[in-house]
Amino acid sequence: MTDKPPTKIRVRGLRKAFGAKRVLEGLDLDVGAGESLVVIGGSGTGKSVLIKCILGLLKADGGSIQVDGEEVIGIDTDQREEINRKFGMLFQGSALFDSLPVWENVAFGLLAGKGLHRKLAREKAIEKLAQVGLDSDVATLSPSELSGGMQKRVALARAIATEPDIILFDEPTTGLDPIMADVINNLIIKITRDMGATALTITHDMASARKIAHRIAMLYEGKIIWVGPVSEITRSGDERVDQFIHGRAEGPIRMAVRA
Amino acid sequence: MPMRPLQLVGSFVLTFLESTGRLVLFAVAAIGHCVRPPFYWRSFGRQLIEIGYYSLPVVGLTAIFTGMVLALQSYTGFARFSAESAIATVVVVSITRELGPVLAGLMVAGRIGASMAAEIGTMRVTEQLDALTTLSTNPMKYLVAPRLVAGVLTLPLLVLIADIIGVFGGYLVAVYKLGFNPATYLQNTFEAVKVEDVTSGLVKASVFGFIITLMGCYNGYTSRGGAQGVGAATTNAVVSASILILCFDYILTELFFAR
Ligand SMILES: Nc1ncnc2c1ncn2[C@@H]1O[C@H](COP(=O)(O)OP(=O)(O)OP(=O)(O)O)[C@@H](O)[C@H]1O
Ligand SMILES: [Mg+2]
Repeated sequence: MTDKPPTKIRVRGLRKAFGAKRVLEGLDLDVGAGESLVVIGGSGTGKSVLIKCILGLLKADGGSIQVDGEEVIGIDTDQREEINRKFGMLFQGSALFDSLPVWENVAFGLLAGKGLHRKLAREKAIEKLAQVGLDSDVATLSPSELSGGMQKRVALARAIATEPDIILFDEPTTGLDPIMADVINNLIIKITRDMGATALTITHDMASARKIAHRIAMLYEGKIIWVGPVSEITRSGDERVDQFIHGRAEGPIRMAVRA
Repeated sequence: MPMRPLQLVGSFVLTFLESTGRLVLFAVAAIGHCVRPPFYWRSFGRQLIEIGYYSLPVVGLTAIFTGMVLALQSYTGFARFSAESAIATVVVVSITRELGPVLAGLMVAGRIGASMAAEIGTMRVTEQLDALTTLSTNPMKYLVAPRLVAGVLTLPLLVLIADIIGVFGGYLVAVYKLGFNPATYLQNTFEAVKVEDVTSGLVKASVFGFIITLMGCYNGYTSRGGAQGVGAATTNAVVSASILILCFDYILTELFFAR
């Protein structure tokens, strides 16, 4: 064995604020190689911000993020491009390229990043579309002709098309029907198990979290307040975690609503 | 409070310098991406067609009416002095040196500047630019560079065509409305026009092409906050490109002819 650290992503003391609004305040998180980690937490707690900091889409204010033992905060754009080849990302809002047909969206990383021939890339794209439960006839449609759930699945196919080392999923099952959600859960499990990829998933869907996660981490007020194996989430001993997983309006977490 | 007006002027100057600085940095980075591989030929080709081919009708119509009006106006002005032969000169010199490039530039600014700002701005607010980055594709290279190069190359071609159509418009009015001798009119035209007139116009066109695409891309790229932000970016792109075109028109004329 090499002395390379077994953690794929190591986050320490991550801070990020927008103006006076502090979103992440000293967040620590480790994602092991080949692990599927799920981050849960209330709406607006900064889960998407965390992922964007890892990818360098947002500039962190402080702290450290290491990918495969390499510090990625403050690297230049060329190095970033190199590091990002390890990643696949599913955006919460899909973020499909609306000027390109569906198959070119899925094959984008293969065409642009790996320089694959268009014909081969197209075949590969259709194969990936099938994995997310979409027919080959959607391949030539424009993303705007698809329903929200179909767009999400196309985005998922795009995220996994280059078979990256690390895949970040921002709410992969939101907006899908329960059956399709479970198909996607199985797909994520398959990707981590068969391809040996590392997955960091954000979700509000506890059924999905229980199914796909090895470990679950809960984000609250800018920090990870609890992290542990899925089997222990009901015995976390933290009232805030209990409240969240049972979805109760009453408890230590107060939503900023006025009744 | 005597400081107030000065403070206002000061902060205005600072903001102006700051945004100019940002624009210059953006332009320098964009030019850097134009000359360093990878090159995205497919999106370059698409832009050539979009800027060059689809602008032909607008530019052609502008040119023909400008030429016609020029002939008519100068006739009503010059007829008294029986300087009918001057009309051919006025038409061809004003079109090639000045009106061809400036009017084509302004029309293309409205068409292309607006659509680029809207397209790239929408990509910004729907996270498509972020998605490009995560697919290891630099948006500056993929989106901005091909547009800039296409703008610089196609505008001179458009203006050359506009020159010919404009002169033809003048010819139509002179021959069919004012009853001039066609052969004499054409002879006067060719005697009046100098290579320098045409080339200076084409150089201007190239600069305008750069200005239009730069302002479109810059405003789209830096747009913020949803539909309203994209709307503002579109307006800014057209207004700033139009003003810069008129401003650089003066500067270039000064460089070429004021000796
Ligand atoms: N670009 C930005 N500019 C300003 N504030 C931002 C920006 N992005 C996020 N925020 C703020 O950061 C906070 C966290 O946002 P984030 O999108 O990470 O929430 P989230 O945990 O993903 O929520 P959800 O589950 O609803 O997607 C929010 O309060 C949001 O207002
Ligand atoms: Mg989110």
